[in-house]
Amino acid sequence: MNGRKLAGWGRVPVVPGYQIRSEDLEAITVDVPLTRGLGRAYGDAALPAPGDARIAGSTLADRVVHFDPETGDLTAEAGLSLDDLYRSFLPKGWFTPVTPGTRFVTLGGMVAADVHGKNHHVDGCFGRHVTALRLRVADGRVITCSRDEHPDLFFATIGGMGLTGHILEVSFRLIRVPSPWIYQEVQRVPDIDVFMDALKTAAASWPMTMGWIDCLSKGSSMGRGVLYRGRWAEAHEAPKSFPALRAPIPVPFMLPNGVLNVHTARAFNFLLYHQPQARASVVHPRSFFYPLDIASDWHRGYGSRGFAQYQCVLPESGGHDAARRFLEVVTGFGGASFLCVIKDCGPEGEGLLSFPRKGISIALDLPMRDDTQALIDRMNEEVIAEGGRIYLAKDALTRPEHFRVMETRLDRFLAVRRAWDPDGQIRSAQSVRLFGW
Amino acid sequence: MPLKVVVVGGTRGIGRAVARRLAERGDRVHLLGRDPDDLARCAADLQARTPGGTLVTASVCDLEHPESFDAAISAAATALDGFDTAIVTAAMFATQPKLEADLAFTRRLLTVNFANTVLLCEHLRTYLLSRGGGTLCVFSSVAGDRGRKPVILYGSAKAGLSAYLEGLDHKFRGAGLKTICVKPGFVRTGMTEGLPEPPFAVDPDQAAESAIKAIDRGTPVVYAPPIWALVMLVIRWLPRAVMRRVGF
Repeated sequence: MNGRKLAGWGRVPVVPGYQIRSEDLEAITVDVPLTRGLGRAYGDAALPAPGDARIAGSTLADRVVHFDPETGDLTAEAGLSLDDLYRSFLPKGWFTPVTPGTRFVTLGGMVAADVHGKNHHVDGCFGRHVTALRLRVADGRVITCSRDEHPDLFFATIGGMGLTGHILEVSFRLIRVPSPWIYQEVQRVPDIDVFMDALKTAAASWPMTMGWIDCLSKGSSMGRGVLYRGRWAEAHEAPKSFPALRAPIPVPFMLPNGVLNVHTARAFNFLLYHQPQARASVVHPRSFFYPLDIASDWHRGYGSRGFAQYQCVLPESGGHDAARRFLEVVTGFGGASFLCVIKDCGPEGEGLLSFPRKGISIALDLPMRDDTQALIDRMNEEVIAEGGRIYLAKDALTRPEHFRVMETRLDRFLAVRRAWDPDGQIRSAQSVRLFGW
Repeated sequence: MPLKVVVVGGTRGIGRAVARRLAERGDRVHLLGRDPDDLARCAADLQARTPGGTLVTASVCDLEHPESFDAAISAAATALDGFDTAIVTAAMFATQPKLEADLAFTRRLLTVNFANTVLLCEHLRTYLLSRGGGTLCVFSSVAGDRGRKPVILYGSAKAGLSAYLEGLDHKFRGAGLKTICVKPGFVRTGMTEGLPEPPFAVDPDQAAESAIKAIDRGTPVVYAPPIWALVMLVIRWLPRAVMRRVGF
């Protein structure tokens, strides 16, 4: 395998390994332990376990298998990306019921991570809208599962991080949108307490909400940031033109370590916080859903040391102050994270390991430093104390003993996994790290 | 006016990306390829992407069997009620060491990529000229621009193909047949899977975009992506003494 290496989006960790890709995904998943999509999982979820090296890559398997223009029902191969899907279907007035914060993600990856978006408080995770999956399971069979057919396999696969089998095809229903534009309102929020109230108020009347928090502000302005509220623009509000689809600006090489530092981040946060606030505007769906996709390979901005992502959900039972307690831990580590994304989640999904639950979700980038592991341990202790959990699609550094405590559904998931894969043939670096197999 | 396009090799790689972009903007597409099941699945994919569910058709054509060309072109002409554009993206590929070690495969590759592709183009140009002209867009490669160590055999067939296409364009443009030679650089497809990635590698979509722009404008030679025009300009002007020493 001539020294080839694979990494997740955060570039931590980097492991020996390579992917084989083909238009014929079914053929290449016969004897590999894992399938990887566009590699947007930040940590080690889409990396081969130690000793495995060779995994399948799904991105060339990207055909629409069936589409019903009356209902929006769509079946497609697992490597189809949202970017590709939108190019074909948004001009016809269709969008996915759920989108994560990047459009460079495959349908298979969206199922494996049971992704959520700005509309989680209304529409739940992607898995809620999935009607059927075609999987190659460990014994080599290709199986269709759904809520009626092999439901155990279906619910373990939604949010199951690709550990129940190789996802070959995904069926779900597209939604009709009134225009391809987004009606957006932006609100400046002075601190975390106001933020919690503002999210709650917005959730009552807006289908899409999300906030950015300046993690460098402490004390009375801790948790200050910007709240975004949005909905699809009605046809009469929207420009007549279709939003231009420009290719992302490349970040062609790794930026030096430290270009993104406390000072540049403080300047960025200042500008973000003080951005002119049009009370309402109609914006490009890309700038609303995927602000970071404007630069491809933006992760290179963090330099060769890479970064860890961390996302947790703090349950509603922790009350109004849970987010404040958590931010105190983060800001106590002095500039460990520059910016975080905050979002209120709706009820828990059906997937056995699906991440969101009713409460508040906080996501942070953590440029790798000597104390990053210590910070993650500390945050995990806080999450355990609050009764919350972390998002596997982001994780690289959580300790298995922490994960076992916060994920009360793990045994149920592992039982289904064991039933379909008694020898543990399907595995990832993450599953071996956290579950031992 | 939407184009009526035949795509040879539209089931995979850059051909798939080109066919998609054409279907998405409402052009009528007919696929020619080897495997009927694969063709049917690809046609269904394209049809789902057309603005109004326009029918996308397909029929079998094998570049290894020139005797299949006539029937394939007739089938396409019937399905599209006559076509005005033909795109040929199908080709074989193997690395130089593999070709050197397997001369039987080398013979197949040289035959398909040069002799049979030229024969197919002869059929297509005859058809298009009989309708008063049109566009013939054929995928050659930057590998044909200069004899280079890593692509001696593959590149030689592409060099021949590029020369043929240039001649065709000179002779028939006046009669209404635009010949377009697309020269992709390194594109991340199944064909290049597992090869070390050089600078300026792109996804099939980006290469497809360059090709479609060239078809719309009638550009006779186009590099995909355009940066390769500059790269190959430099490589073409490198002295032989330098080329002998470098690895590319």
